Amino acid sequence: MVVHKRIEVHHVTRVEGHGNIVVEMADGQLKDCRFEVVEAPRFFEAMLRGRSYLEASHITSRICGICSTGHAITSLQATEKALAVQLSQQTILLRKLALYGEILDSHILHVYMLVAPDFLGVGSVIPLVSTHREVVLRALRMKKLAGDICAAITGRHTHPIAMTVGGFTHFPKICELEQLYGRLESARSDTDATVELFASLSWPQFERETEYVSLTHPDEYAFVGGDIVTSDGVYLPVEDYLRVTNEYIVPYSTAKYTRDKRDSYMVGALARFNNNYDQLTPRAKDAAVALGLAPKVTNPYSNSAAQVVEIVHSMDESIRTIDKLLERGISLEEPAQISIDQAEGVGACEVPRGLLIHHYWIGPDGCLTGANCVIPTNQNIANIEADMHELVPHISHKPLDSIQLDLEMLVRAYDPCISCSVHVLKVTDAHEDR
Amino acid sequence: MTTKGKPKVAFFDFTSCEGCQLTVLDSLQDHLDLLEAIEIVQFREAITEKGENYLVAFIEGCCSRPIDETRLMKIRDQAAIVVALGTCAHLGGINTLKYLHPLDDTRAYVYGNQAAWFETADARPIEAIIPVDYAIPGCPIDRFEFIAFIKALLLGKRPDIPDYPVCVECKLKENTCLYTKGQVCMGPVTRAGCGAICPSFGQPCEACRGFISNANDASLQELLGSYGLTVDDILRRYTMFTTYQVRESLLRRQNGGA
Repeated sequence: MVVHKRIEVHHVTRVEGHGNIVVEMADGQLKDCRFEVVEAPRFFEAMLRGRSYLEASHITSRICGICSTGHAITSLQATEKALAVQLSQQTILLRKLALYGEILDSHILHVYMLVAPDFLGVGSVIPLVSTHREVVLRALRMKKLAGDICAAITGRHTHPIAMTVGGFTHFPKICELEQLYGRLESARSDTDATVELFASLSWPQFERETEYVSLTHPDEYAFVGGDIVTSDGVYLPVEDYLRVTNEYIVPYSTAKYTRDKRDSYMVGALARFNNNYDQLTPRAKDAAVALGLAPKVTNPYSNSAAQVVEIVHSMDESIRTIDKLLERGISLEEPAQISIDQAEGVGACEVPRGLLIHHYWIGPDGCLTGANCVIPTNQNIANIEADMHELVPHISHKPLDSIQLDLEMLVRAYDPCISCSVHVLKVTDAHEDR
Repeated sequence: MTTKGKPKVAFFDFTSCEGCQLTVLDSLQDHLDLLEAIEIVQFREAITEKGENYLVAFIEGCCSRPIDETRLMKIRDQAAIVVALGTCAHLGGINTLKYLHPLDDTRAYVYGNQAAWFETADARPIEAIIPVDYAIPGCPIDRFEFIAFIKALLLGKRPDIPDYPVCVECKLKENTCLYTKGQVCMGPVTRAGCGAICPSFGQPCEACRGFISNANDASLQELLGSYGLTVDDILRRYTMFTTYQVRESLLRRQNGGA
């Protein structure tokens, strides 16, 4: 008798978007395993055609509610490269600060509300409100601070308003920046407690080395702009992104896949940590030590721990950036001048989940004639599947529900951003006569 | 809304960016006591548990696939109150930009030769499929409006969603009118309730909250004319979030009509 095991998690919960895990085993042998993205196709690239260059960042921020600031900044970069716009130092600093705010907001949401419940054996953050009230209040306090940074710079976190091609249409007041500075300073104890909490958890042990892809910048731990670097020794200007991303399509997934030197690669906090570790702030490096992370980290579950390191780093860098802005003072400058010419441009940022590319073609009338967006989650899907292939034989002796939990935690570690998902769980343990 | 214990509430999503549900999560930052007033039995992004017994269904996202229709009808069968959460569910939203290009062409642009693998249809507000009791407008929703909405439901009152234009709130904020700066703003015909947030941060209103019920289109035309603006200038604004609402007049225009 062959023992068939089939795990089908229809719409994995606590991830953003509709994704299914499908695993089939026969007598402990892995037959098939897939991470299917079944999100409704969105067609943003096609919808951008014919729209004014001034609207592109407003449209593309709607790709994602949680990384809308990252999309907007990357979109503006693509437009500004196409139109050869020179940005002021103030604009560069304000955009960086907005992106740090978003990295904080997204990472805090992910590690506290989406990942931590698995470690504490509950289905969501809601029961923790009564059992771990202080932890939940701390998470909400930190998340509010992160959102308030974005709101001060761009008007609101989800779908930023005040960023435009060449600059800003609204500026934070000095007193708002001073207030944020004070709150960030006093949030250091919350950051320390966060590191302590996640260092105390017992992380799943699983190693699989892969190619780690991120931006890199000579002066800083890259988030806004830089060149593409991979742990397999590739170094390219962002304009050559297609040589790394190589998008392809599979029939069971509405998300496009990518591959570089190997069958898959990884983007996100862990890739950035592995590639740019030296540029982390001293406190972030201390956090890495506390969390037991030293590059090169090859356990994909550690992506969430690398996010904790980046929370510390982004807090430090937010303080430093506000300090610079306060030193300079805020000038109510007009956006940089633009002369429209037929052109193309590529923008690239490290958003919470990894490398994001926007590539635009702009016509002589200032309307987009074409667009290509490469999203972090798409780049990770092939790697998630490769991890599952390697992991399942190691855990196939376990009961179905713990195999399923291990796989769901693996998917969650990547913090996939496909849009929220309903949990309709189907697990069968079928026995079939030979 | 009088039931024993806390009313059971469920959140669902369709074609969207899930930003409105994230705004709901963000509303907990200031109103953690919300969890003492309602019981959330389904919330895809935040919780694993999945309860099928709910009184109120909040739906984010528009309907863009035939399978979405079946799911929407199932939710309508169960819920006593269905609320469209945000612009995509309420109006179709940004997804309705698809109407500006032929659907097959859109699909082929993104998925190339393999376009036929992926099912899609016209993007529609959920009201095109099922009756909707209330809408919380906005892209994204305003978290304070969401909390006020829940409070009204709990008190058995009709939630108060403004039906006057964004200009009213913009004037109260003493903003400089963007028309005087040569920009095209949808404020005169768009439903208020957002605190005129976009004009307050220097950007024209894009009508994400939809039109007021008695919009004075003639007056808007006159206003546009007085600033030397053309129909084409404003058409772009009408087709940002509200393409579904104006699609018929768009078609007439394309076919050579007025």
